[in-house]
Amino acid sequence: MKKFTFGWDHGVTIFLVLTVVLGGFISEYFATIDNLSFVIQDIAEIAIIALAMSYLIIAGEIDLSVASILSLSSATIGFLFRNGTSFEMAIVGGLIVGLLCGLLNGYLVTVIGLPSLAVTIGTLALFRGLCYALLGNEPVNELPENWIVLGYENIPGTFLPWSTIPLVILAAIAWIVLHYTRIGRWTFAIGINAEAAKFSGIPVARMKLGLFAMTGLMSGVAGVVYTLRFASASPDGAVGYELGVIAAVLFGGVSIAGGIGTLWGVLAAVFALGAIRSVLQLIDFSANALLIVSGALLLISVVVPRAIEIAQSRRKSTFVTNK
Amino acid sequence: MQKKFASVAAAVAIVGALVASSVAPANAAVPGIKTGLKIAIMPKAVNIGYFTAWNKGAQTACKEIGAKCTYVGPTEATGPAQVQFINKIIQQKYDVLVISAADQNAIVPSLRKAKAAGITVVTSDADVAAASASARVVSVLPAASARIGTAEVDWIAEAVGKKGSIAVLSAAATAANQNAWIAAMGPYLTSKYPDMKWVGGTVDKSVFYGDDDATKSTAQFAAILSQYPDVAGIISPTTVGVLAAAIEKKAKNAKVKVTGLGLPSQMAPYIEDGTVEKVGLWNPIDLGYVAVYAAARAKSKSFTGKVGSSFKAGKKTYKVTAGGIAYLGDPFTFTKANIATFKKIY
Repeated sequence: MKKFTFGWDHGVTIFLVLTVVLGGFISEYFATIDNLSFVIQDIAEIAIIALAMSYLIIAGEIDLSVASILSLSSATIGFLFRNGTSFEMAIVGGLIVGLLCGLLNGYLVTVIGLPSLAVTIGTLALFRGLCYALLGNEPVNELPENWIVLGYENIPGTFLPWSTIPLVILAAIAWIVLHYTRIGRWTFAIGINAEAAKFSGIPVARMKLGLFAMTGLMSGVAGVVYTLRFASASPDGAVGYELGVIAAVLFGGVSIAGGIGTLWGVLAAVFALGAIRSVLQLIDFSANALLIVSGALLLISVVVPRAIEIAQSRRKSTFVTNK
Repeated sequence: MQKKFASVAAAVAIVGALVASSVAPANAAVPGIKTGLKIAIMPKAVNIGYFTAWNKGAQTACKEIGAKCTYVGPTEATGPAQVQFINKIIQQKYDVLVISAADQNAIVPSLRKAKAAGITVVTSDADVAAASASARVVSVLPAASARIGTAEVDWIAEAVGKKGSIAVLSAAATAANQNAWIAAMGPYLTSKYPDMKWVGGTVDKSVFYGDDDATKSTAQFAAILSQYPDVAGIISPTTVGVLAAAIEKKAKNAKVKVTGLGLPSQMAPYIEDGTVEKVGLWNPIDLGYVAVYAAARAKSKSFTGKVGSSFKAGKKTYKVTAGGIAYLGDPFTFTKANIATFKKIY
């Protein structure tokens, strides 16, 4: 019998519910099926990347290049399609490029031994530059109509956008693996203490390489979703999305120091952030004020968990995983 | 009996109200346009002077037609940023969206959604890709490219008294816009102004390229004067070139007349002191004004947006040309009379 502990992820879930309820009172347009459809569509890419980013941050690493990988995957799809490849194969190409980008990050961190913050700031610029090299200043449009309807239509008979399908499947897999398998336990163990994990026989370097590769691949998947949603591939896509992803992961209760976090909390946070943005837009917050709010939320999501951590560690010296 | 009469009376009243509202609202400010339309005016990005002017025109039109207009848009001029605001106005059940497309492709799926939700979409200032023209009713754009060229010939003809030889100070040799305008200038000058000619014989041999670089444009201006000392006028169809020409003309106290496409804020000192009589550019105020009329008329079903159809905005009538585009017509010109107003705008 496990003792129920009130964790940060429960707090985020309550926050999400409150946002939705309050949003419904503030704006008549908010708590509608149509708007839910928009919110899901709006957060799909960030949610998909956040799944993988949660693992990375729990393992004590970070990847700032995810938005650039997303864009490079999209640019690859556009480039291949423009040069006569079938759209299906172009998508495969985009996913492979995402995976390769992740492997490069992982190689530089685990084999060369560089800090992930420095590596991925570098690849953030590198991958973005490659987008421009591939596409020039010419975005690719006129993608096949039977594919781009997936980007803006809902699953027939439902209010759910098509991007719900990869999101739900990937979230389920990520959840099970993180919380119910050895790989998940290893991820936490590495984040808590990488040295100790290594001495207890966990293949730390291979695990980290794998996590970076997965983050690259998920960014590639997000790139496919993004390409379909905007019916085009342009070199300047998704600029700044990495901040949205990291904000969601941290707001969802994953500790920036590693070792702590739940996928449920992260998903709740992604939805909460999407809902807040939607409410603010619907009550005609000016775009300028919206910037201030999203900036403030980003700060809160880093400061508050840290403050709670400090408070908790003062109360008890033993470590608690919330699961 | 009393009750029955009351219900009949009520029914008559309701039918009467329906008929009245479907024919024409009694308080219509402009015939053929419904009042009380909820209109969103969306720039590529807010906080840009050019779009503030665009919105000013739109708001004037809104007042005239009795619509409720909101200026709304992102802080960064990208398609994905605009999409969030398009989604928002769909949720808020606007009647009309007038938008300057920040990305000619990325906003198309959202515009289609808006259309499906019953929102009338009109692009203004910047259109969506030609292949996606069906995503909006019509696009209101500055001027057809041929007219941008020929209008500049008219301005220089006016400045030189319809007599003398003319040269062109362009941007880069590869600049597609400028080349299209210059191509239209050639035959127009020859046929309309018999006493004028190109310095090099034909327009092609009379073009100097300043590459939209201030220093190079200045050098090319000097080259024109030394190569053709009797040149009467110079047309510079680029804001960089015309500014460089004005500065150099003033510095050298040259007699050659200068005109072209110039930003009022940059050209103001040279127009105010008489160095240059007139330059032109499109007027964002008119763009916004006309686009609101087009959109409101389309929503009120007094305008279809089909090629060949036309609509009235203020005192002028605009015709929809190939590709579903309505052009404002001649570029707007700036002279001593109006430069003080426009230099503050863009």
